Amino acid sequence: MSLQVELEQHRNVLVVRLKGELDHHTADVVRFKMEDAILRGRCDHVVLNLKELKFMDSSGLGVILGRYKLVKSRGGKMVVCDANASVKRLFELSGLFKILSLHESERLALASLEVVS
Amino acid sequence: MTGHNFMKLSFAARSENEGFARVAVAAFVAQLDPTMEQLDEIKTVVSEAVTNAIIHGYDQQPDGIVTIEASIDGEWFSLTVSDEGSGIEDLELARQPLYTSRPELERSGMGFTIMENFMDEFEAESVPGGGTRLMMKKRIPSKKVMFN
Repeated sequence: MSLQVELEQHRNVLVVRLKGELDHHTADVVRFKMEDAILRGRCDHVVLNLKELKFMDSSGLGVILGRYKLVKSRGGKMVVCDANASVKRLFELSGLFKILSLHESERLALASLEVVS
Repeated sequence: MTGHNFMKLSFAARSENEGFARVAVAAFVAQLDPTMEQLDEIKTVVSEAVTNAIIHGYDQQPDGIVTIEASIDGEWFSLTVSDEGSGIEDLELARQPLYTSRPELERSGMGFTIMENFMDEFEAESVPGGGTRLMMKKRIPSKKVMFN
């Protein structure tokens, strides 16, 4: 089982696409790649695209919450898009949707950030 | 599916086995013809229990052994995940949503809450220094009954 992290910069927004399975084993890859891109790149905000995330457990919640805190501490905003039903349920159960807004598509997520950028 | 069927699996407490454990249990429970949602719930629960054993039970020491026992009796699926690791001092506290003993590892503290929500029955036994045993049950109603 593996996880791929695809990073793309759109002006001051970092788009992160997660593909595969996010668990305790693969959480470090997400942590390091996102941390590196956020700290080195010139991005203020992050869009987390979960369209091709096939599986996630509470280790995924932990790593997403950790990156949210980092982005927020730098004055930015993080939004999520395209989460499947199981992933959405975990977000709801943990209350993460109270701090992260969910958008239907990457385009809408990016559009929501243009307003704040 | 009638009668009783069971399986038992022991493996090294290594994080790369989390995915293996999920797939193995999902393949076993497939004989009850669960919905995608039920299968996702069971895979998530296996992942939570095995990850807890690896991180908390064995403090990520890969020489520990995690054991999964699963059985099917009629419409009931039973799952037991056990380790012989350090055990949990205060089970009540560990079961609180968002509580984690290892915040420095970015644990979300949602493992127990997820297991209790996704299964119909949940029980935990732990002996400090002697290991932890999580016993859970989930009913997978037969589709024939549901549509009649």
